[in-house]
Amino acid sequence: MYEKHILICAGTGCISSGALDVEEALIEELKKHNLQDKVRIIMSGCHGFCEKGPLFIVYPEDIFYCEVTAEDMPELVEEYLVKGNIVERLLYKDPTTDKRVISHEEIPFYSKQMRLVLRNCGVIDPENIDEYIIRGGYSGMKKALEMEPIEVVNAVKSSGLRGRGGAGFPTGMKWEFAYRSQNDKKYMVCNADEGDPGAFMDRSVLEGDPHAVLEGLVIGGRAIGSDEAYIYVRAEYPLAIKRLRTAIAQAEEYGLLGKNIFNSGIDFKINIKEGAGAFVCGEETALLASIEGERGLPRPRPPFPAVKGLWGKPTCINNVETLANVPLILRKGADWYSSIGTEGSKGTKIFALTGKINNTGLCEVPMGISLREIVYDIGGGIRNGKKYKAVQIGGPSGGCIPEELLDLPIDFDSLTAKGAMMGSGGMVVMDEETCMVDLARYFLSFTQNESCGKCTPCREGTKRMLEILLRITQGKGEPEDIPRLEKLAVSVKDSSLCGLGQTAPNPVLTTLRYFRDEYEAHIFDRRCPAGQCKDLLTYYIDAELCIGCRACIKACPAEAITGEKKEPHVIDEAKCISCGACFDKCKKDAVKTK
Amino acid sequence: MVSLTINGQSVEVEPEATILQAAEKLGIFIPTFCYDPELTLVGACRMCVVEVEKARALMASCCTPVMDGMVVHTESERVIAARKENLNLLIANHPLDCLTCEKTGACRLQDYCYQYGISESDYHGDKKDYELDDTNPFFIRNMNKCILCGLCVRTCHEINGAGAVEFMNRGFDSKVTAAFDDPLENSSCVFCGMCVDACPVGALTPKHGIGKGRPWELKRVKTVCPYCGTGCGLELYVKGNTVVGAKGDVTSPASRGQTCVKGRFGFDFLQSPERLKSPLIRKNGELVESSWDEALDLIAKKFKEVKGTELAGLASARVTNEENYLFQKLLRSLGSNNVDHCARL
Repeated sequence: MYEKHILICAGTGCISSGALDVEEALIEELKKHNLQDKVRIIMSGCHGFCEKGPLFIVYPEDIFYCEVTAEDMPELVEEYLVKGNIVERLLYKDPTTDKRVISHEEIPFYSKQMRLVLRNCGVIDPENIDEYIIRGGYSGMKKALEMEPIEVVNAVKSSGLRGRGGAGFPTGMKWEFAYRSQNDKKYMVCNADEGDPGAFMDRSVLEGDPHAVLEGLVIGGRAIGSDEAYIYVRAEYPLAIKRLRTAIAQAEEYGLLGKNIFNSGIDFKINIKEGAGAFVCGEETALLASIEGERGLPRPRPPFPAVKGLWGKPTCINNVETLANVPLILRKGADWYSSIGTEGSKGTKIFALTGKINNTGLCEVPMGISLREIVYDIGGGIRNGKKYKAVQIGGPSGGCIPEELLDLPIDFDSLTAKGAMMGSGGMVVMDEETCMVDLARYFLSFTQNESCGKCTPCREGTKRMLEILLRITQGKGEPEDIPRLEKLAVSVKDSSLCGLGQTAPNPVLTTLRYFRDEYEAHIFDRRCPAGQCKDLLTYYIDAELCIGCRACIKACPAEAITGEKKEPHVIDEAKCISCGACFDKCKKDAVKTK
Repeated sequence: MVSLTINGQSVEVEPEATILQAAEKLGIFIPTFCYDPELTLVGACRMCVVEVEKARALMASCCTPVMDGMVVHTESERVIAARKENLNLLIANHPLDCLTCEKTGACRLQDYCYQYGISESDYHGDKKDYELDDTNPFFIRNMNKCILCGLCVRTCHEINGAGAVEFMNRGFDSKVTAAFDDPLENSSCVFCGMCVDACPVGALTPKHGIGKGRPWELKRVKTVCPYCGTGCGLELYVKGNTVVGAKGDVTSPASRGQTCVKGRFGFDFLQSPERLKSPLIRKNGELVESSWDEALDLIAKKFKEVKGTELAGLASARVTNEENYLFQKLLRSLGSNNVDHCARL
């Protein structure tokens, strides 16, 4: 009989931070104290608070230890598990009050969240089907199998669920299209080719609660009349693939997948297809081409996959997070689901917080929450007390949201209206030291690199946009570059073949919309206001801080610095090539930029 | 039937028709690069985009099916802006050597730039810089001129079946090439030349016509290929009295524009000084030109001299099946079964 359960987060983030070493050390310590039969270790899915990983939670007391290491194990076992004294130093410290808190519920990162899709992540052992079932798993599927297909479609329709993969298309409508397509064979496909830089919610769901996705697929299959599904998951997610395979095997063993599920006469088979890592394969038609063994190139729509999809058969493609919502809708009802969120966007959304923010990680919030709450309450504000500048929402296909829009309620329609998009929910937070032109350049270099090359506007247009942006950040911008960029961006958006090209100009258009002055400063004043564009920096030496050590003089490749020993040195701006060697070399931080 | 409105005019078409086909019915021209009704529709070049009311983005008319009540604009301001930008992007990455380019006058890129008034690009950046592939005897591949419409790739896969060329790399580095980026002669290419005819720009240039005439100077003469019994239709390009080019005749019921290497490239014998234009009779050990009457008389005389199996006949693959049939019939009626055909050699 176990007295305690210890959950160690084994999401990819915490594993990178050393969760597996912690596990090993804990097992050893438990043996030393002969506690191995009293304490059960569960390697759980992602808890979301990656910033503080590895996370280590003890039940039934619900004590939340964070940033634990293998070296902490002897103390933790001895002090807490043997003597019952809480190890204060490993508790979470609230940065605003400086107080240590015991339960995760007291941590602002969690208290503002509404964890529905992530309900099991970090709570159950993702490699044990029983834990999923105990928490209500597969009961939504059972219900769906007892319903008529159209009733399942209608339930999802009236829940108001919209696709979480990016465009926010109503899921019920998509299912209805596939349901109405007549064919002897239909496919369900789960798009797990999460490709946005900085977004990892799908990975966390697959790693932390794989059965939810399987259950969602069977329910979808029941709705549209399909008996086979593919999960297209990127090969860069080995842990997710491993856990999916385990989950499928366990579900098959329990008769929850395979032939004649629940004696309903319904069969359902789930296959896994590993993607080879092309961003464009997240686009549904390119994804289908890739499953078929073709080059991952998008195809024109219509015909839509619901009519003519995988191997020409009607196919319904849903994203991981979308599918993980489905079992809950069936279980708790469409009315319950549609009571959460805003008028046009129901339910919750998972965001991946990254960038210059204190609490990086995953958070799940009800639709309609303000960006301010996400950044300041959940995210704990900007790192090092710097000033907020913008958030890039929706990855390279999205756009930036400036400070004046911090109180914007976040949902599909409000973001699109502001030029950004929900995308998969990546949020990259930028502070005052981020150059917005450089940011647009970064995202364009990503999309340009990932453009498949099939259609002219995306293949050639992203390249030219990138060249212009690069030129501006190098101080070679021309006054015509801004109208040129705008004209090109609008045209690429308007005439590209697939979603990649149609959204690639968004970072350019939104930065131009909200931070036009930064572009102008680069072009007209040859100045980078954020002080990031190396070629535009002017270096000078603060005479009061300079000790005259000559280190910078030796480092300068252009012989631009002069000065006697122990006298303040001077940089000749005309000779300086802005390489930054003096800046890096100075031990007294006397070299400044302007 | 489905009815829709294009540029304010109503039109009725079959439900499976595309916007482009509906526009054609109205006589409205829409520019295309990657479209060929004989091939899979890919919607890649985006030149044929049109504005469909209520649609978010512009739609490729070549592959968008019509819908009842659809309202389409093919020359709206938005459409023209997109097409101009498309051309602007294409010529930014295309050598503008139209003065010497063989395709001048028959180049769709040139035609559309003319139509939309694009004389130079706004963008001055990287350009493709590939080596010319001119190692095969039939045509030059200049991939710097390629606009990646994919017509050659689809022609090779879907019509010829050789599958010799495909896209390699992606994005800006996309290139049409043979396996391992080798020259074509190391591939499964059979040099049928149909890719050359499909290319809308000057990326694939037949060697025999170089410098021999501009498209507008050439007379197009329809004929039947003399090489075999299939009877493929050819169009010969003639300048003055000289044949400078050939391509498949798309109106030919026997071949619908398809060719093989012989018909497409093998017409140089026409102007060869060694070409036989009249029968030759060996007289005193020397071949001497003669009239057809004299030659046929000689043959008839010889036929009478030899008996039955002493006679043998060798037929040609260049004549039709029917002619070969008649030939063997003739031989047998003269009492000989000794008849053969050069294709057996």
